[in-house]
Amino acid sequence: MSKDIKIKKGLDIKLVGEAEKATENAVISNFYSIRPEDFHTIIPKLVAKEGTHVKAGETLFYNKDNEAMKFVSPVSGEITEIQRGPRRRIDAIKITADKAQTFLDHGKFDLASDAEKTKAHLLATGCWAFIKQRPYDVVAKADSTPKAIFVSGYASAPLAADLDYTLAGKEAELQAAVDALSKFTDGGFHISVGASSNSPLASLQNVTIHKVSGPHPSGNVGTLINKVSPVNKGETVWTVNAQDLVIIGELLLTGQFNAERIVALAGSSVKKPRYFKTKIGSEISTMVYDNGVERDGDDRFISGNVLSGKRVQPDGHLDYYSNIISVIPEGNDYELFGWNKPVFDKVSNTRALTFSWLTPNKKYELNANMNGEHRNFVLTGNYEQVFPLDIYPMQILKSCLYKDLDEMEALGMYEVAPEDFALTEFVCVSKQPHQQIIRAGLDLMLEEIG
Amino acid sequence: MGLKQNLHNIREKYKGTKMAPAFNALHTFLYTPNDTTHGGTHIKAADDLKRTMNTVIMALIPCLIFGMFNAGYQHYLAVGEIEAVTSGFFSSEFWTLQNFTLGFWKILPILLISYGVGLGIEFLFAVIKGHEVEEGYLVTGMLVPLIVPIDIPLWMLVVAVAFGVVIGKEVFGGTGMNILNPALTIRAFLFFAYPTWMSGDKVWVEGATERAKEIIAGSNADAISGETILGGLAQSHPIDYSVADMFFGFIPGSIGETSTLLILLGGLFLIFTKIGSWRIMLSSVIGALVMGYIFNLVVAAGWITETSNFYGLMNTEFWHHLLIGGMAFGIVYMATDPVTASQTNKGKWIYGFLIGFISIMIRVFNPAYPEGVMLAILLMNVFAPTIDHYVVQGNVKRRLKRGKLKTA
Repeated sequence: MSKDIKIKKGLDIKLVGEAEKATENAVISNFYSIRPEDFHTIIPKLVAKEGTHVKAGETLFYNKDNEAMKFVSPVSGEITEIQRGPRRRIDAIKITADKAQTFLDHGKFDLASDAEKTKAHLLATGCWAFIKQRPYDVVAKADSTPKAIFVSGYASAPLAADLDYTLAGKEAELQAAVDALSKFTDGGFHISVGASSNSPLASLQNVTIHKVSGPHPSGNVGTLINKVSPVNKGETVWTVNAQDLVIIGELLLTGQFNAERIVALAGSSVKKPRYFKTKIGSEISTMVYDNGVERDGDDRFISGNVLSGKRVQPDGHLDYYSNIISVIPEGNDYELFGWNKPVFDKVSNTRALTFSWLTPNKKYELNANMNGEHRNFVLTGNYEQVFPLDIYPMQILKSCLYKDLDEMEALGMYEVAPEDFALTEFVCVSKQPHQQIIRAGLDLMLEEIG
Repeated sequence: MGLKQNLHNIREKYKGTKMAPAFNALHTFLYTPNDTTHGGTHIKAADDLKRTMNTVIMALIPCLIFGMFNAGYQHYLAVGEIEAVTSGFFSSEFWTLQNFTLGFWKILPILLISYGVGLGIEFLFAVIKGHEVEEGYLVTGMLVPLIVPIDIPLWMLVVAVAFGVVIGKEVFGGTGMNILNPALTIRAFLFFAYPTWMSGDKVWVEGATERAKEIIAGSNADAISGETILGGLAQSHPIDYSVADMFFGFIPGSIGETSTLLILLGGLFLIFTKIGSWRIMLSSVIGALVMGYIFNLVVAAGWITETSNFYGLMNTEFWHHLLIGGMAFGIVYMATDPVTASQTNKGKWIYGFLIGFISIMIRVFNPAYPEGVMLAILLMNVFAPTIDHYVVQGNVKRRLKRGKLKTA
């Protein structure tokens, strides 16, 4: 079954440094790092103390609110350091990897098991961490019943890893994960794929495939949800990243938690942008410096895409959910008359002496400069041009700022995640931090309404 | 790299102090800052608010220059030194250095006062409140000289600008927070505080008031009539300007509002750059035409005859309303102010239509002051949030209904 979704509102930001379709094995990282902040709102209860040895797939910590929900190590090795922040918050768990990897064996899972058993298995093996829910865009609550499950198989974000390429050959794992997760809902398992793709997802059984086309954010899972079955008050949907379905599937089929992932290394600061086979939590320095990023260059390293990824230090690590590392110039320099001279080398959705509309296929070398200063909301109508959801973007952002819970709810806060507001943030002439505003709004709702 | 580095050092030195916003305003005028993104998107589009405002200013410059020529032209025409234009927009009688010089020296002080007083207050508030100097006044400061009569006494302008910036904007929290269009607030203040300097048949042509005073004092020179077309129509006087004069702008009026042609080009530029809202401009034009046409029909039906006060303006061909008075200028540059207009796309249609509609209504029914567009826009500024509220409620209701269908 296949349905088409066409998006008109949006913006494709074409950047220099798209990953070439060639996969290398990354230098095996000696140190891995898991940051509990990747699992937003979850308070970790540490199991693995400093100095203990863990196998790949062994529990590092569990959710303080739900002891059954485990978070596991991507590699086997010794816990060498627990980095703590203010009020003894756990910032990172550092693992020194073994030379020879050993896996904790959960045993092959019987896919005919019922939902309860499947849930218990996913929670215990650490795979639950990959299931996120809306409302609130957090790791799914174990007692939630989703009305439907959504997976985006089409990456439209700038420089995004091509899922057709990274998922190739993983049909069996994907099918196993889909079969297991489908038990939790009777609303269907919805997957989006590019209109002209040969995605391995398209051949899966028991799913609804949606062919999406149009500019970014056509590939965002939030767009898919909004067009198929938007979240109403009291409802929950689950979302899973396509590449994480592979890890879930492999665990179900083999019993091993294999944190291996194909990651794109992209961006204009990378001389040889390409794909790498690596693991969750590995050091990004194992990939970036051998591929043309200058060691003393002034670059921005991002775990994730340039619109909604996390900034990491050069000695930082790949986060739990990302399948791309982007490296772009920092751009922390002044620009003479930057506000009034004609601009040819930056992207814009206006034509105010900005000329990117003349060259829609040109690839740009954008940096992390703000291109201006933070201001109050002034211009109207430009967010709507890049925002395809049936929501009023400026109004919902303002309601988050003045913290009116009723209005946030009425305007559709249950449906959104910060990444849905990445493009409106990009085009904002007032340089307002839209994603931060939405995240703060969601956190407030989670706290007050739950 | 000397200047850039020196300015950077000064910026670092003043960081966190009271004077930082004042310095930053000057610094960012020269250099886009070196600030980089933190959290959220790592890349940003090229536009900032300065660029946006600068685009509007660029669209206003032709009106300003035309206004300078027209000020001289109207003066010398009234005193009988030159002949009326004969050969279209590029008539040689109009584009003379003599005309320009008179207009330039008359308008330059108005422009300087508008920016000087307005930006001075903006800087003061920025320093006191500790926020950055916002760009909104760059446009307001350019609009003000274009919407006042040429003979406006400068001290009045000082008072009005101070009032408009403080009461119209700063008390609400600055650019982006104001309810009323600041430039129109300034004009409305002038109009209600000093009506004799903002209406009538003496203020629109340079020297007319002075000449009138001389005549009273016993001089036997000819009086200069500087009646605007609207003023004339409101009194049912015969109008001796051609449609081409009105369209090209060779008519008396506020400094920058007369040339419908240049305003039209400015409007198209704003639409092309996606800075101005085409929805508001188009719907305002439609609203004005509809109201004008209704009045034409009223006259045609014989309900209003030549004895009526309203006859002159009601009988005006409906599309002429767009060419005379401040209608076109108001629609293109004032109604589209994003802060005070409706913020939703649907709301913009309603907002614009009502501006056009009410403008013409006020024009016709208020012969004492036939310029309705200023009051219509200010009125709709007040109603814009209400319009938006109902538009957004449509979305809210749809969402609620969807939820109920599912649970039913």
